[in-house]
Amino acid sequence: MAVLPILTYPDERLKRFSEPVERFDAELAAFIADLEQTRLAGPGAVGIAAPQVGRAQRIVIVDVSKMKRPVPNHGYLVLINPEITHWEGHEPGREGCLSVPDFTGNVIRATRIHLKAQNPQGETVEFDMEGFEARAVQHEMDHLDGLLFLDRVVSRRTDVFRRKVYEKNS
Amino acid sequence: MNHWYMLTLVGEDSPGIVADVTHALFEGGCNLGEASMIRLGGNFTIMLMVQTRLSRIELDELVRPAADARHLLVHVDSIEGRLHQHAEPDVQITVYGADRAGIVAQVTGVLAAAGLNILDLDSAVGGSSDKPIYIMSIEGQAAQGIEALEQALEPVREGGIEVSVTPIDTMVG
Ligand SMILES: [Zn+2]
Repeated sequence: MAVLPILTYPDERLKRFSEPVERFDAELAAFIADLEQTRLAGPGAVGIAAPQVGRAQRIVIVDVSKMKRPVPNHGYLVLINPEITHWEGHEPGREGCLSVPDFTGNVIRATRIHLKAQNPQGETVEFDMEGFEARAVQHEMDHLDGLLFLDRVVSRRTDVFRRKVYEKNS
Repeated sequence: MNHWYMLTLVGEDSPGIVADVTHALFEGGCNLGEASMIRLGGNFTIMLMVQTRLSRIELDELVRPAADARHLLVHVDSIEGRLHQHAEPDVQITVYGADRAGIVAQVTGVLAAAGLNILDLDSAVGGSSDKPIYIMSIEGQAAQGIEALEQALEPVREGGIEVSVTPIDTMVG
C-alpha cells in the first residue's frame, strides 16, 4: 500500500469527467487500499475521490464514523459508480478539500439522499443518508464530475439565520 | 524587494470604485492579496492587501488620482503578508435584538471571557430608523469549548437579545 500524491487545483485533471468502473478485480482492490491510505494521511479528511489522485474513475471513499461530535453514519464506505436517486431538503455547511488547501467555504447540499452504488466486489448497495455523511458523499461525487466545492461556494454572510431555523425544526 | 501593505479606502459609495482602484494598482505593477469590501451604512469601505516594490508614500500616490476623483480617504500601512495561514473557525454565533448602546461590547465581552477568539465579525443595522434592529454574525474558535460560550451568554439572553451558537464542523474531502 502507498500514500498517493494528491492533485491540487489548478491541476486540470481535477476538472475532468470520470468514467464508470467496469472491472472489479484485484487491481481495483489494490487501488482502493492506496486511496484509503491517502485519505487517512490527509489532515482530517472524511472522504476522497479517485480523481483527486489522478485516476479518472467513479470511485469514492467516505467515512464519517470517527467524528469528535458523532453524526449518523454507515461507517467506512467504498462507493463505486455511485448515483443519487433521491434528494430532500437543503442546508448550508462548511467544506474544505484536500485538493484546495487553506480555504474553506459554505456550500448548500441536500440534507437527505438515497444513494445507489456498487461495492468493490461489484455488488449493488443502497443507503439512506443524512446530514454530514450525505454532505461528504455529495462533495466526493462532485469530484467525479469535475466539480470542486469552489464551484458551489456561497457567501459566509448569506446564511446567518438559516442554521438556527434548522435547529429549531429538528 | 517586495513589501506588503494594507490599503484602506473609505468614502461615499459609487459604482466602479473597486474597478478603478484595482486598475490603478495593476497598472502600477502591484499584486493583490486578500480583500474585504463592504458597504457600511451608505459608505464604501475596502481593505486590500497590496504587494509592491513601491514605498508607502509611492503607493499612496499611485492610488490618489482614482481616490481623489471619488473623494475617498486613503490610508496605507506596512504589514506582514502572512498568507496561507487561515485559521479555521469551529463555532458560529449569531446575535440580534432591538438596537441599543452596548450590545457589541456586552456580547463580545462575555464571549472573550469564555475563550472565544473572533476570526470574522460582521454586523448590520436593520429595521427602521425608529425601530432599529442590530444583527451580528461572528465566527471564531472556542478555546474553552462551546458549552462555555453557551453558559456565558445566558445573561445576554435574559436581557432580551437573541443569540444562537452553532458548531462548525468542516467537512474535508
Ligand atoms: Zn474534495
